[in-house]
Amino acid sequence: MNSLIPLFVIVPLGSAFLMAILGRFIKGFGKFLTSFGLLFLTGLSLYFIFNSQGTLVYKVGGFEASAGIPVAIYMVIDGLSKLLLLIIALIGFLSAFYSISYTKQYTAERKFYILFCLMIAGMNGIVISGDIFNMYVFLEIAAIASYALVAFGVEKEQLEASFKYQVLGGVASLLILMSIGFIYWQTGTLNIADISTQLPTSGAFIKFVSILFIVGFGLKAAIFPFHSWLPDAHSSAPSPISAMLSGVLIKAIGIYVIFRLFFNMFPISYEIAMTITILGTLSMLIGVLLAIGQWDVKRLLAYHSISQMGYVILGVGIGMVVLSKGGDKTIAAFSILGGLYHLINHSAFKALLFLNAGAVEYRTGTRNLKRLGGISQKMPVTSATSFGAAMAISGIPPFNGFFSKLIIIIAAVQAKFYLLAFFAVFVSIVTLASFLKVQKYTFSGKLKPAWEKIKEVPFSMAFSMIILAGLCLVLSLLVIPGIRDIVLKPAVDVLLNTIQYTTTVLGK
Amino acid sequence: MIVYILCFILFIVGLYGVVTKRNLIKIIIGLAIMEYSVNLFLILIGYVNNGTAPILPVPDALKNKPFVDPLPQAMILTAIVIGLATTALLLSIAIRLYRKYGTFDIRKINSLKG
Amino acid sequence: MKGMTIIVKKITQIMAPIIFLFGIYIIVHGHLTPGGGFAGGVIMAGAFILLILSDGSILSSLRKEESGLEFLESAAIMGFLIIAGIGLLISGTSVFFINFLEKGTVGKLISAGVIPIENIVVGAEVCAAVSTIFIALVVFKDEVSK
Repeated sequence: MNSLIPLFVIVPLGSAFLMAILGRFIKGFGKFLTSFGLLFLTGLSLYFIFNSQGTLVYKVGGFEASAGIPVAIYMVIDGLSKLLLLIIALIGFLSAFYSISYTKQYTAERKFYILFCLMIAGMNGIVISGDIFNMYVFLEIAAIASYALVAFGVEKEQLEASFKYQVLGGVASLLILMSIGFIYWQTGTLNIADISTQLPTSGAFIKFVSILFIVGFGLKAAIFPFHSWLPDAHSSAPSPISAMLSGVLIKAIGIYVIFRLFFNMFPISYEIAMTITILGTLSMLIGVLLAIGQWDVKRLLAYHSISQMGYVILGVGIGMVVLSKGGDKTIAAFSILGGLYHLINHSAFKALLFLNAGAVEYRTGTRNLKRLGGISQKMPVTSATSFGAAMAISGIPPFNGFFSKLIIIIAAVQAKFYLLAFFAVFVSIVTLASFLKVQKYTFSGKLKPAWEKIKEVPFSMAFSMIILAGLCLVLSLLVIPGIRDIVLKPAVDVLLNTIQYTTTVLGK
Repeated sequence: MIVYILCFILFIVGLYGVVTKRNLIKIIIGLAIMEYSVNLFLILIGYVNNGTAPILPVPDALKNKPFVDPLPQAMILTAIVIGLATTALLLSIAIRLYRKYGTFDIRKINSLKG
Repeated sequence: MKGMTIIVKKITQIMAPIIFLFGIYIIVHGHLTPGGGFAGGVIMAGAFILLILSDGSILSSLRKEESGLEFLESAAIMGFLIIAGIGLLISGTSVFFINFLEKGTVGKLISAGVIPIENIVVGAEVCAAVSTIFIALVVFKDEVSK
């Protein structure tokens, strides 16, 4: 079983370069190889979720630890990684399948799929890496592929958004690299588990490096004060890529790394936990307030991504605060569960919403809400799935968003953060208003004469949207204890038992 | 200690360029300066006074001798490769932007708002 | 792109093969001395870039060159991945990136198992990649100035 772990990087990387070699001779090779590769990865991650217990450690190159010091590059798969791997592969597969029809408008289709596979390889690499510098390298692979994909349309807006994204992403990467340098200076090791045993438990050094990491990964994850690139980049990219960026990339290269480092590597401190929680709350509020006035549908969705990521950070942050104060572990577990559950849910409904926006743009050629109207008669599948996704993101039962938001709010009340609970409810209401606006202006009402001739989208696009809409409903089942224990509980345990990661990886 | 401070000043110079300059190419140069300062910082971490290069021409050649830490050197080699890719991509995007807008001035490149 | 004067052309034509050879030297001694695939590859690409700069070239031939180099680059990465992946297929070990060849004695040119082979592959990859970047920027610049 352990020897299957490198496949998560080999398969997307290999298919990317196989496409570069064979794709120029065989037409349509790229699209199908990407979809098949990602379907295989989905199956593999499901296999890992249902068949493996605990933490799996894999040492690249077969170098064993000498005298207790880890030498090799470690690949670690635990509950949290499995969850992220499943999301990456599943949303990646659906986006790739959607792209089969969508990318017909581009001339360099082959390069689209090469970059897509490289992005997947980078994200998978981050998630399974147990080594902080390796994490940085994979992060850069994913980030550079995403910079190129944002600019893929080579129009004015795409290029400008990509430039902005690259400059801010470049600064973030350098901050991350610098903090990795500081960590290495202090501890003399790069292995996350080994670092956590070497770091001092408190002091100015820890705080300084923590702030550097929060700024660096906060820029990558678009947490509130660092969010300015996200609406541009996510709205300008081709729609399947927007779905990948919002649905998966900001989670894998931003949120996941923050959780992993601040729970499993740094000693948990109250100040940092509070900082993360407050940043999460602020991005939740500011994201939704900025989204209200938008008339470009993809831009509106991008602002909602900032806001919904705020929920995830809020949920996990409250758990971290409770843990740092030595409070009740069940409350912390409940809160973290809510955050991670919302992370899964967000990737399902936000990917679906971006694919819907892409479908509307594919047929009508516009994203401006004022110019759209009444197209539900012409595009019933898009309209129905979009309705489901809008209900899910606004937290209407029985869709998945309701349950995760409810868990976060209950946990906030239990932990006596009444103000934060109030904000969470308030943001949910504003989100509902915002999405009712989208539904009203896009799909309902009278059909504008300009859109008399449009048709429903092709099969591959409709298929992806229907599956994602189904997921929005099916994921509600994760609240049922039996199913929750298989998928979510291992991930929560990883974050809850902070020191366990170190001991299992180092094998002490 | 003074080298670390100089290294940090170099980082700030790059950041100043990124934040204040209006020309796309100058922003890219600012990013490159930041990158070099971080690379320099990593190299300085691994430096040992009077250390030799960490090469083993014969086994046990480095026994009881101070030698510089090879790991940061491997790290910056990777970081340089990544920096090469980022800079090349940034430059090509900048050239494309120049083609679309006819200028390198970021104040005139503003089709995205809100 | 226009070429330079006869002096520059002649000197470059003499120097480029030497630079290229030096790049190869750096690559094949990568496991013994500082250097290796990346440094040697960049030096080899430098020889190409010097030739293109001094002699000048026609844009259409550059485009053809670019697609060939892209192919070489992808093939080299595939080769690297296959060398790394062979370890997974070897029964008993199934370790990614394992050094499955005979290690030899330290200091000899043919030693260190798969590392020299990996160096050569990386060298080809980097040479192709750096040349591609250069050619792409030249092509872009030409498109803009038209």
